[in-house]
Amino acid sequence: MVSILDNQPNLNIKASVNYLNFYYGGKVHALKDISMPVYDKKVTALIGPSGCGKTTLLRCFNRMHDLYPGNKYRGEIALEPDGINLLGKQVDPIEVRMRVSMVFQRPNPFPKSIYENVAYGLRVRGETRKRVIDEKVEKALVGAALWEEVEDRLHDLGSNLSGGQQQRLCIARALATEPEIVLFDEPTSALDPIATASIEDLINELKGRVTILIVTHSMQQAARVSDYTAFMYLGEVIEFDRTEIIFNNPAKQQTSDYIAGRFG
Amino acid sequence: MVGSNISNIRNIITRNKRSEYIFGIVGLLAMLVGIITLFALIGDLIGDGLARLNWQFIISFPSSEPEEAGIFAAWVGTVSVMIVTAFAAIPLGIAAAIYLEEYAQKGWLSDLIEINVTNLAGVPSIIYGLLGLGIFVYGLKLDRSIASAGLTLALLILPVVIVATREALRAIPSNIREAAYACGASKWQMIWDHVLPYATGTILTGIIVALARAIGETAPLIVVGAVTFIASLPPSPITGEFPFISFQWLLDTFTVLPIQMFNWVDRPQEAFQVNAAAAGVVLIAMTLAMNAVAIYLRYRLRKNIKW
Repeated sequence: MVSILDNQPNLNIKASVNYLNFYYGGKVHALKDISMPVYDKKVTALIGPSGCGKTTLLRCFNRMHDLYPGNKYRGEIALEPDGINLLGKQVDPIEVRMRVSMVFQRPNPFPKSIYENVAYGLRVRGETRKRVIDEKVEKALVGAALWEEVEDRLHDLGSNLSGGQQQRLCIARALATEPEIVLFDEPTSALDPIATASIEDLINELKGRVTILIVTHSMQQAARVSDYTAFMYLGEVIEFDRTEIIFNNPAKQQTSDYIAGRFG
Repeated sequence: MVGSNISNIRNIITRNKRSEYIFGIVGLLAMLVGIITLFALIGDLIGDGLARLNWQFIISFPSSEPEEAGIFAAWVGTVSVMIVTAFAAIPLGIAAAIYLEEYAQKGWLSDLIEINVTNLAGVPSIIYGLLGLGIFVYGLKLDRSIASAGLTLALLILPVVIVATREALRAIPSNIREAAYACGASKWQMIWDHVLPYATGTILTGIIVALARAIGETAPLIVVGAVTFIASLPPSPITGEFPFISFQWLLDTFTVLPIQMFNWVDRPQEAFQVNAAAAGVVLIAMTLAMNAVAIYLRYRLRKNIKW
């Protein structure tokens, strides 16, 4: 399935999913033999109807499933350039989360100051030099298009911001540690259209600087922000291709039915 | 047709409202029974004891003359015992709750422990007295001391502290935990940096309510060997010579306010009954003050926390 994409210029693989299977509680077979590439510094969208496994797949990338007992992975996600298998039993999930950060469906800032929210990832990594933290917090907030709105109240509570600002704060928190991949789990589903537009602008801006994997319910959003799209259905990747091909000329009937709104 | 339909609906609403009204009355009466009893008790106590409550009463040792007797030894004893109880029960209770809630594998064993901890909270307090007598007084040879009394009360409130702390930890939403993990936090960092600070207000409230229960306990302390007549204070914890801190007070004999009250109520002279009421006012004031602190802390610490 990668063959059509092979002759794209400047295209490096950041992660490749190979025959990934995932079982909830050891029983429910939620992901079935998933294989797909994630390209470096591109935005890859995961779309599909509710329950198709797109969020489950996303949460494999930072081993969030390890937090709950009984979940089981089979197969691999190889993170380049070192090719380490993110799902490997000998790989510490904390190491994975230090390389792959995440933005959640509902904004979930810590009930701490704006500054401490963004600084937390750095503190966890043992950074104590105030100058370094100041610098990286500012850079992350600028990167998340929030700096101008909060620069004079960095020590106010993050949870007092508006919903859209909170989500950008969470994006800043995810960017502060310069992760290799940022995962977005339906980042705008709890936001109004204006806040949604600002998050989408932000994702478009981040494109080219960081690898992004985004789950979205909205096909328009996938079309607006992503370079590549995987259409998932019942735990399988039905089709993966460049976004304009998925939306204009999909190879599979199921994909074109979903895109046309005939189900899902 | 429409008209009869509407009058039908109105009839149903009237009927529903009537039962609502009746329940409101029943609930109000039930509440009044409790609250009036409480106020009558407190009012009676204050009426009896307030006149006796003066500075001399606070700083006098017990005496065979009711007018000269006071509660100095008793309230110092209560404060000392509470300090021991707090220092023992708080770290043990919080640590046990963190382990049970965050670390223990969920399974039949953790269920069994959970049921037992909850049941322990309901064990009659005199049983804890026997336990304290066996372990602290005889087993650890702490004798009939402030330490024995404090540790016994610590055992008594430990289940309450554990249950309250677990509830507080459980109330931290999982999306906040996931956010911490997603930043690369280890489990301990997640707990120490997030769960504990956000749960502190609720945990403290639970602890203070538990301590307020312990402060009024009498039965277990009688078993552990409270003394009813003490004419001196325990040795001071701060001394003039190196190392300036002494723990000798821990091993001193003790009495507490409820014991002092119990002792006075037992006397035939009317004047001692008045003394008991006055001591009761002090005890209630201490309990209410602790609850006030709990309410204040909950307000202060929760003000900044919302999800």
